[in-house]
Amino acid sequence: MSELLRAEGIGKRFGGFVALEDITVSFAAGQLTSIIGPNGAGKSTFFNILSGALTPSSGKLHFRGRELNGLPQHRFAHQGISRSYQITNIFPDLTVHENVRVAAQALTVSYDIWRNRTRLAQLKARADTALEAVGLLDKRGELAKFLSHGQQRALEIAIALVSEPELLLLDEPTAGMGPEETKDMVALLERLAEKRTVLLVEHKMKMVLGLSKRVVVLHHGGLLADGAPDEIRSNPEVRRVYLGQSEGYG
Amino acid sequence: MTSPSSGEAVAKPAPSGLGWLPDQRVLLSIAVLAVLPWLLPSKALAVNVLIYGVVVMGYNLLFGYTGLLSFGQAAFFGAGAYFNGIAIGRYGVPWFVAVAIAVFLSTCLAAAIGVVSTRTRGIYFSMVTLALAQLVYYVALQAASFTGGENGLRGFTVDRINLFGLSVNFLDPVNKYYVLMGLAALAMWFQSRILNSPFGAVIEAIRENEQRARACGYNVECCKLIVFMLSGAISSLGGCMLALHLSIVPLDILHYQTSGMIVMMVLLGGARSFFGPFVGAATFLILEDVISLWTPHWQIFVGAIFVLFVLFLPKGIWGTLLDVLPIGKERR
Repeated sequence: MSELLRAEGIGKRFGGFVALEDITVSFAAGQLTSIIGPNGAGKSTFFNILSGALTPSSGKLHFRGRELNGLPQHRFAHQGISRSYQITNIFPDLTVHENVRVAAQALTVSYDIWRNRTRLAQLKARADTALEAVGLLDKRGELAKFLSHGQQRALEIAIALVSEPELLLLDEPTAGMGPEETKDMVALLERLAEKRTVLLVEHKMKMVLGLSKRVVVLHHGGLLADGAPDEIRSNPEVRRVYLGQSEGYG
Repeated sequence: MTSPSSGEAVAKPAPSGLGWLPDQRVLLSIAVLAVLPWLLPSKALAVNVLIYGVVVMGYNLLFGYTGLLSFGQAAFFGAGAYFNGIAIGRYGVPWFVAVAIAVFLSTCLAAAIGVVSTRTRGIYFSMVTLALAQLVYYVALQAASFTGGENGLRGFTVDRINLFGLSVNFLDPVNKYYVLMGLAALAMWFQSRILNSPFGAVIEAIRENEQRARACGYNVECCKLIVFMLSGAISSLGGCMLALHLSIVPLDILHYQTSGMIVMMVLLGGARSFFGPFVGAATFLILEDVISLWTPHWQIFVGAIFVLFVLFLPKGIWGTLLDVLPIGKERR
């Protein structure tokens, strides 16, 4: 499998606090990789760097052989990297369909004021396809703020998905979900992973180990372990770090 | 709600009762404005509603649709009026060329103020726009040889309008109203054009969630600057209308009190709605007209009414009305 994204010696400091130190890891195209670690391990910081929301203090990012350093955040989407957020991040006062349609439009006709947005049939069709993929097509006319939490999470994935990204970054897609909603989301993630490269940050260990082809473990801002779920499960270091965590291990 | 188009993936839900209304909003608005002089107590009041309606509509693009609370819109209103008056009075330019020049120069001013202010957010944005607009006020005050300083700009009177082979007596209040309504119609068409376009969708996305819009791939800063300029352009056309109407430009229209009035009007009428600005302008000006007849302290009453609106009708008069009518949620 070919390499899609490579992080080389990534570090991030906030003032005197070192959030990440010297992370070197690469992600192959077409597989689902999870990034796990206890609270404060630097997962979200690492994720924000991969999606361009934060600039690394040191190190380099390569995506499809191209260096991403110095690109503003909105250019990351144009490169083919799309993300969802840990805290639901949608356009609450727009309809479900418009939420996704406006995201589809971002890479094509942002500044056009002479055409009619409702006549751009291709974008509407793409939005509907993405909504269908996450099972929200029947809600397309509703305002996004009236969806249930689980549906909003799914909508967020549709927003990230509609640009047909090569790399989909998902930050705790099951955060705050009940068991039933989590089950639906896991099924959705499995479907997504069949077709594209997915990078997942998760807290729920059991779910991660069942879902991922590969797991990267962060701890105290450094890389602790990296391997197949079985290797991670039997890794003594990982066991030690996770011991006593309320989320439960294995 | 929307016109049928090929390639629709799913059948649209059946359009509800008045769903066709938003599609015709420009024509409907023009129809209402066309009868306005006969509904209001005076033609002068109707002209003012028209002028402030256009200014507030431009501001609504920035505040209602993009979510940027500027306290400096008077700068573009005033700039439009001054540039228009100076072009006619000092350089003898025909009135319609003067309007074009004034809107162009005001848009340049909006670009300059926008470059600085749209880099800031929230209260800082409001304060920077306020400060820069006051800067424009003081420039107009000091450059008295150009602007007439404290006395305002005088010495330009358009008494006849010649266009398309027609010559209209512009001093007649009815003629004046309908000529200015032509300019207002142009502004409404342009505003509706922006709102219907893909760019109109972008600014709403930015209002709803700036972070998400950026993650989707939008250059948020650039979009904010563009909308700031478009908003300034439309408001400056209102300024041109004021100059043509009054044949003087009072210095006061550049003052931050005018900016405050614009904010009040948009909130009274309903931010985020197409016709709300005209309703807001009409409400404010009628209240001023009526209450100032029996007390010079009319602002106390208008202020109290404004507070009641913010507390109990946050969507304004028109916005609340639209919620009651069975019109689609997507486009207003």
